Amino acid sequence: MATTTPGHLQERLVADVDEAFPAVVERYIDGLYSGVLRLTNERTAAEDIVQETFVRAHGALHRYTPQRRNELRVSGWLWTIALNLCRNRARDVKRRPKNVPLDSVAESAATDDPATEAIAAVDTTWSKRLRSLADHERTAVVLRHVVGLSYRDMSTALDRPEGTLKSDVHRGLKRLRILIEDEGTNAA
Amino acid sequence: MTSERLTRELTALRTTAPDGLRGRILEATGTACRFAVLDGPIGRLAVFFNDRGITGCAPLEHFDEYVAAHDLGHTIEVDELPRALAGRTRRALETGRLKDLPVDLSGLSDFQQDVLRTTATIPPGEIRPYGWIAAAIGRPGAVRAVGSALNKNPVPVLIPCHRVSKSDGHVGNYAYGPQMKRALLSAEGLDPDAAESLADRNVRYTGSDTTHIYCHPSCHAAQRTKVSHTVEFKSAGDARKRGYRPCKLCRPAAA
Repeated sequence: MATTTPGHLQERLVADVDEAFPAVVERYIDGLYSGVLRLTNERTAAEDIVQETFVRAHGALHRYTPQRRNELRVSGWLWTIALNLCRNRARDVKRRPKNVPLDSVAESAATDDPATEAIAAVDTTWSKRLRSLADHERTAVVLRHVVGLSYRDMSTALDRPEGTLKSDVHRGLKRLRILIEDEGTNAA
Repeated sequence: MTSERLTRELTALRTTAPDGLRGRILEATGTACRFAVLDGPIGRLAVFFNDRGITGCAPLEHFDEYVAAHDLGHTIEVDELPRALAGRTRRALETGRLKDLPVDLSGLSDFQQDVLRTTATIPPGEIRPYGWIAAAIGRPGAVRAVGSALNKNPVPVLIPCHRVSKSDGHVGNYAYGPQMKRALLSAEGLDPDAAESLADRNVRYTGSDTTHIYCHPSCHAAQRTKVSHTVEFKSAGDARKRGYRPCKLCRPAAA
């Protein structure tokens, strides 16, 4: 009773947007937040983008016909909205160079607690690694491996063929492996 | 680094959204489950509502369990029900009858809705067996399905699933335990022990030898029959064979 299968959720969404919406939020919020956090590298921005994604999705769902809601691939579609917002933000940040991208993922987590500090350190490492990828590779790697999206959903979200996305992920991972090996060499 | 280890570390970057973000989203979209706390017949109740009416009801001590079972996600407590619902809800809790209180069951299947709407017609202090509900909605074979629909009743107490007994007349189980079911019935003036003892003796119906009408034993018409004039029946067939007709209030023919 407590578990909802994706099929069941879609049926609810077709029947009644407002009734189903809290369950939609519950199902996708962690994935969206994890991915957007890795793409923006800033907690407040990630929260704002995830909130705005759901607000826009809610408005759109009300405008859609039940048939369109039935055909929707919710996960990929939510990411279309989220990635647009991420791109808008990246553009705004570029226009206002004072707002340099922060390592606030690490900073806001840094406390005296050694466990949290350890997490923060790993975080900074990964932020740097991911930032050194090309935009399309970083997006593909994050969606595939941090969020856990299927290639089909990624194809919906990015409006690009699955084959292209697979090679983006492949190249992104390869570059990450090289980066990590270099870190090892430099440390030694 | 092996590719498995690399992808494992990337997967480990998955985190959970911060506390409060869910709530802000649901508030911004107007889709959070809102509830107010009210006094019920045997304790306090969280009563959920939307723009169309009452959507749920949970004994406060089972709140978390209820929210998880009904997949409500984020909830927000408000001080009072909206004015259109407040008075009617209070009256429904006092009288044990829904009357004109709007209850929004639109998220449920047609079958569940039929079961719950029929259940809502059982007067306070009376009980009907699962089979009676099944027959009343035109699905006499669906007794088990009725039981399961009632077990998932999102609006317990207000929609009185506690007034539905096992087919043999025993009070039976309840989503929040048989003790709560007995307590709710006692609060309405039904003696659960008396009902159990009739069930133990296999008595399904009682009749009056002056009117020759037979009823569910808890029907308020049957309750008015003097003990000296009360006749007991093991089945509807038994009553009919002895020349009794079904009561038009509690409609035992349906069972």
